[in-house]
Amino acid sequence: MQRSEQGGHIDRNTPISFRFNGHNYTGFDGDTLASALLANGVQLVGRSFKYHRPRGIMTNGPEEPNGMVQLETGAYSQPNILATMLPLYEGLEAKSQNCWPNVHFDLLSINQLFSALLPAGFYYKTFMWPKDWWLWYEKWIRRSAGLGVASKLPDPDHYCHVHEHTDLLIIGGGAAGLTAALAAGRLGAKIVLADERNAMGGSLLNEPSADVADSEIAVQIDGLSPKEWRDQTLAELQAMPNVRLLPATTITHYGHQNHLVGAQRIDEKQKPSGQRLRQILWRFRAKQVILATGAIERGPVFGNNDRPGIMTSGSLRGYINHYGLDAGRNVALFTNNDSAYRTALDLLRIGSTVQIIDYRSSTDSPDARLALQRGAIIQMNAAVTNCSGGARIREVHSHQLNPDDTLDKKSKRTVSADILAVSSGWTPTVHLWSQAKGTLRFREDIQGYVPDTISCAALAAGSCNGDNTLSQCLQSGHQTGIEAAKRLGLSGAEPTLATIHAPSDQHEQIVKPLFIVPAAQDKAKRFVDVQNDSTAAGIALARREGFRSVELVKRYTTTGMGTDQGKLGNMNAIGILADIAGKPIPEVGITTYRPPFTPLSFGALGGASRKGLYEQIRPTPIHHWHVDHGAIFEDVGDWKRARYYPQAGEDMYQAVQRESLAVRTTCGIFDGSTLGKIDLQGPDCVKLLNMLYTNAWDKLPVGRCRYGIMLNEHGMIFDDGVTSRLDTHHYHMTTTTGGAASVLGWIEEMLQTEWRDWQVHATSVTDHWAVVALNGPKARDILQSVTDTAIDAETLPFMAYTEANIAGIPARIFRISFTGEIAFEINVPARYGLALWQALMVAGKEYGITPYGTETMHLLRAEKGFIIVGQDTDGTVTPDDAGLDWLVSKKKPDFLGKRSLRRSDSARSGRKQLVGLTTNDGKTVLPEGTHIIETATANPPMQTLGHVTSSYYSPVLDYPIAMAVLRNGRARMGETVYAVNPADNSSTAMTVCDPVFYDKEGGKARG
Amino acid sequence: MFIIDCPWCGTRDQSEFTTHGEAHITRPEDPETLDDAEWAQYVFYRNNVKGWYRERWVHSSGCGRWFNLLRNTASDAIAASYRPEDPLPPLPEDSY
Amino acid sequence: MTRPLPRAGKKPPQKYSIFSLARQAMQGHQGWQAAWRSPEPQPEYDVIIVGGGGHGLATAYYLAKETNVGRIAVLEKGWLAGGNTARNTTIIRSNYLCDESARLYGHAHDLWEGLSQDLNYNVMFSPRGVIMLSHNVHDQQVAARHYHALNLNGIDSTLLSAEEVKEKVPLINIHGRYPVLGGLYQARAGNARHDAVAWGYARAADQMGVDIIENCPVEDFVIENGVVKGVQTPKGVIRAGKVGVVAAGHSSVLAEMAGFRMPLESVPLQAFVSEPIKPCFDTVVMSNSVHIYMSQSDKGELVIGAGSDNYVSYTQRGSFDLFDHAVQPLLELYPFVARLRMLRQWAGIVDVTRDRSPIITKTPIENLFFNCGWGTGGFKATPGSGHVFAHSIAKGEMHDIAAPFGMDRFSTGALIDEAAAAAVMH
Repeated sequence: MQRSEQGGHIDRNTPISFRFNGHNYTGFDGDTLASALLANGVQLVGRSFKYHRPRGIMTNGPEEPNGMVQLETGAYSQPNILATMLPLYEGLEAKSQNCWPNVHFDLLSINQLFSALLPAGFYYKTFMWPKDWWLWYEKWIRRSAGLGVASKLPDPDHYCHVHEHTDLLIIGGGAAGLTAALAAGRLGAKIVLADERNAMGGSLLNEPSADVADSEIAVQIDGLSPKEWRDQTLAELQAMPNVRLLPATTITHYGHQNHLVGAQRIDEKQKPSGQRLRQILWRFRAKQVILATGAIERGPVFGNNDRPGIMTSGSLRGYINHYGLDAGRNVALFTNNDSAYRTALDLLRIGSTVQIIDYRSSTDSPDARLALQRGAIIQMNAAVTNCSGGARIREVHSHQLNPDDTLDKKSKRTVSADILAVSSGWTPTVHLWSQAKGTLRFREDIQGYVPDTISCAALAAGSCNGDNTLSQCLQSGHQTGIEAAKRLGLSGAEPTLATIHAPSDQHEQIVKPLFIVPAAQDKAKRFVDVQNDSTAAGIALARREGFRSVELVKRYTTTGMGTDQGKLGNMNAIGILADIAGKPIPEVGITTYRPPFTPLSFGALGGASRKGLYEQIRPTPIHHWHVDHGAIFEDVGDWKRARYYPQAGEDMYQAVQRESLAVRTTCGIFDGSTLGKIDLQGPDCVKLLNMLYTNAWDKLPVGRCRYGIMLNEHGMIFDDGVTSRLDTHHYHMTTTTGGAASVLGWIEEMLQTEWRDWQVHATSVTDHWAVVALNGPKARDILQSVTDTAIDAETLPFMAYTEANIAGIPARIFRISFTGEIAFEINVPARYGLALWQALMVAGKEYGITPYGTETMHLLRAEKGFIIVGQDTDGTVTPDDAGLDWLVSKKKPDFLGKRSLRRSDSARSGRKQLVGLTTNDGKTVLPEGTHIIETATANPPMQTLGHVTSSYYSPVLDYPIAMAVLRNGRARMGETVYAVNPADNSSTAMTVCDPVFYDKEGGKARG
Repeated sequence: MFIIDCPWCGTRDQSEFTTHGEAHITRPEDPETLDDAEWAQYVFYRNNVKGWYRERWVHSSGCGRWFNLLRNTASDAIAASYRPEDPLPPLPEDSY
Repeated sequence: MTRPLPRAGKKPPQKYSIFSLARQAMQGHQGWQAAWRSPEPQPEYDVIIVGGGGHGLATAYYLAKETNVGRIAVLEKGWLAGGNTARNTTIIRSNYLCDESARLYGHAHDLWEGLSQDLNYNVMFSPRGVIMLSHNVHDQQVAARHYHALNLNGIDSTLLSAEEVKEKVPLINIHGRYPVLGGLYQARAGNARHDAVAWGYARAADQMGVDIIENCPVEDFVIENGVVKGVQTPKGVIRAGKVGVVAAGHSSVLAEMAGFRMPLESVPLQAFVSEPIKPCFDTVVMSNSVHIYMSQSDKGELVIGAGSDNYVSYTQRGSFDLFDHAVQPLLELYPFVARLRMLRQWAGIVDVTRDRSPIITKTPIENLFFNCGWGTGGFKATPGSGHVFAHSIAKGEMHDIAAPFGMDRFSTGALIDEAAAAAVMH
């Protein structure tokens, strides 16, 4: 093929240079990469998946199975880009893929020699010996599969999401979509019209341009050429304030209740630079949807039907009329319907010699009569059976048909051809309809499935609905547009449709069913799915081997599983299966249409949630102080928590030892702002607390705090914390950092659905309060130095609460301790958190106040044997298991989870129980998670007693301490047990002890 | 993705809501009178119906209120949304 | 041997190998037998398995191979293995925390390792290694606990540092929003070709006389005096001595027919694949914290799993929102994926239990057994599940490994809580 002198909708005044496989070429503005390559005589673009056969461009649309390239290089490199859909841009660089060393000489095409050994599913039958060699075989199989190459670099481009609510979403801007938009738009509907192409117009652009059109047969709409009418229509739509045109936008998903998703490619005609928005993911909610998604022409299955130079007839027509290409001297056309004769007339116009092999016995198409008059050779009642040529087609072989449609074997005829155009019917593009769970019905007259019923508000128009002429598409689009407007409740004078003059549409279109041509006496491969190298023989084999369902055949042969998802081949596969099974096509069924319609960019799906914008972090009000003072952070949910504050040269262990000694000897300061906080108000608070916690809350006086644990209904500990009574009907509840949301959620669920008459308001105040904890023997001195409120041990005893003014800041002080030292948890409004922290740092300076992080907090509470929910418990621990049975009220008739504690397994003896462990050598700190056994020698597999939940070196005690859950642990006090090191199954002797290691009487905290 | 009609706020996208499964599972009045199997029915067992199903949803990224949906698990069609105190809307006639 | 007709039972079954392939190649592959027959159901069987997915077919296979129960049929309502077997992300591992789970999945893992040879069908079990990422201190604690527990249960595992993860997975971003702090690695783990597993079991079971009947939904059970006697189907009543139900997402529907409930919810689970690309991702990587699982298939597609929706649905269609939220962490963890494209997306119906462990159980109806509740992780257990279920059905008593997974655990409280250990709050 080459560029013709005139015709087409490209801009011959704007040349564009590009590179393909290392060669420089020139195309024009308006070209796709495919049309530009064809214009430059490049027919061979790639190699097939399995046999590495040479492949050329077959179509001009999204159904293209072969014309895929590796686009651009480096971080911008993209595999498997369809040349047929890619607008040409200046500097474009692309190369063939799945071939080595190059597309002309591909070493793996040796696979063709062994193809007899590689039938469908061959890999299930072999590579099983020697037993462990699969990984080795697999390595080679993987290398030969896979098409293009992924860039290893992060994507430098930008993406975003747009949410759009609209009255009417019209998908497809071809003839039907345009008339639908015009009609509904004129009636006032708010419309989005999306089309997957940069240039809207669909098949209108495949009609000849006005300068070359043949007046005898040319289609005219309102007296204009299709292209001119399309331009005028787009201009009118553009001018309507209620219409938004979205070119280059492929709608890929159709979900519940008219939720549709698609990606718009921005500035496709510029080389990617990372400077601009590359794609927008549109998410639509539409009151009405019109599918005007067109139809895809398929070619029949015959010998070597994959050769470069074979092209669907409508696509060839597009290349001639849209892109202004000359097709070649000799063109053969193989058809079973009338649409191919339009192509024939265009070919004749540009001077090709045309041989038509028509599968039918007759046609009354005026186009056919004209083609005959103009010199086409027409062979009726015949079929192409094979073709020859290597990297491109040279000859086409055909046979006449017997009355029963078998081949007349003696009638073989060979013609030479540069191009073989094929058409065996049009497959309506019903993907989205089907995704939306709409049903389909098979139409015999067009040999294809069309939309039938659907439960959401959707209509179909044009060739996706089975219309097979341009006139019908224009008309049905118009009618459907009016219908959609009616459904939207819009009234008004019905708009009129343009006058259509389409001489060749005015007769009955006859399609003779054709999916596969009977094999002639040769062993030529007959491809069903060209991309995946799935053949008719493969389908027959699958069927022979018992794979009856169309879904099983698909999976066994991989038909329809390539990047094109079978847009060309699936209908043929179904036809072939029907043939083999001797059943009508509708009884064969179809495979499920899955989203996306065409491959959808992950970048667009991710939108702006990348490059630091994915999941905001949740900093405390004091976060920046921690950053400024070198804190190392840990992630807890979305929070960033200061884990420790290393000083010069310190590692975590050293920093934690220093910080925890400081707390035990002077005073530490801790940012506890992440603690979950819930404000409870109302007369029924006590009732609620009595149900939520295992202990009793009736007698807690105002100004006092109490620790409690919460169980799920399954009886297992799921959160803990201190709740304080601020006033008669006002409580302040704290939860774990991670449990805040779920505790509040649960309270709300119970209050709204179960205890609806209880008067309690629960409000999350986690972010409202900054929490600073002072812990240590000097904590009171430091705090007293910045407040006038009395906080001595008598006025503010352990587990008491008061309001105070601290360093000028109104504050709540809770005298509660998670370290076992004198401690104050000071809550101030979040905006004062940093000021409070700084004031306390200043006040505490002379005492050696030391900031400490979560790691030290964990160590200090472990010395006291306090559990951390989620670390020492894991959702399988009852209060008794945790040694907290004393917290479970025996008097309360009910609380959440109570009944579960009585179940046989929950109440049995010998469950895993929380205990302390010390290392007998006095030195070894066990890794957390270490498992404990009864004997000194480990011989896996073997029974374990349990595992270490917390483990530290205690600086104040100067020996390692650990908490563990051990089977029947509390009965083992003083026993020696063994901790196993998985690296060598060596063991460390441990002694079971009480989990409270430090200040067992608890006097320090009360001091 | 569904559109859900919050009885307090009106129709919103599903992404604003969370569900906690089957609705109208009343917490037993006196759990202590139940045997282990009966208690387990309350805690773990669900009808998990294929067809019309009443389920509990919360407008978690909105008003925070709980309500019930009558939804068909075989088709995802939604027939009604109603407040916890409302009378039960009847099951639609069609099974799916 | 060369006739392409369904064999009548006495004919020796074909063996698959490179030699038989070569022999068949010479005759244009015309001589391959059907991998399984398509028989009409007999009026009566000794055991009927309801559900022709991987687990059901495996059950039938081991029943036929290792027990003497007599005549066996598998009834599949649609096409063979068209449910979750065809829809999962094919991960195989056995590094479970609880002792009971370690035994069950470990048993399955052992069977995987010789499965292709046992079935004479290449199921492409590929022990390429599975990494479970740790993103925070809590994850690390959980990983360490697994590592120690697995060692004592005799299951291989290693703890990896962040750098070691990066070495095995060069395209991962370990410094993202939720940084990678390390991983739990199981070298023996990997994946397999999901369809082949079902087809291999089907073929091997068929060769031993099991009737596999597609398009045969069970519409009701025949129950007499509390004992199951058969099933009602569109092909009529088929009587049976014992019935084993392996119906995944539809287990509750079948239980309702038999008059009882199951502690299950059936929810959509979504997965998706990229377009095929040349090999660039050699191991299987899972992140429980951000719910993303990824591997690369032999065809070159990146196979990606996400979390499940939390509403009951039998539509095999998930919400776009969940999918949307899966892509974000995917791109954070693997920034190179942004320039690739998604090729295909789908959903299965997974039957989830509260403790995320399966239910392999007797039921209130005598001789009626259920195997369900595999949730999001059933594929990996296929051989083990089928094996222990087969022996349980044959004996009428639960197999030692299956016994802890009975539905009575929900009454006694003896849950096998894998979820609790992995996903608790902190």
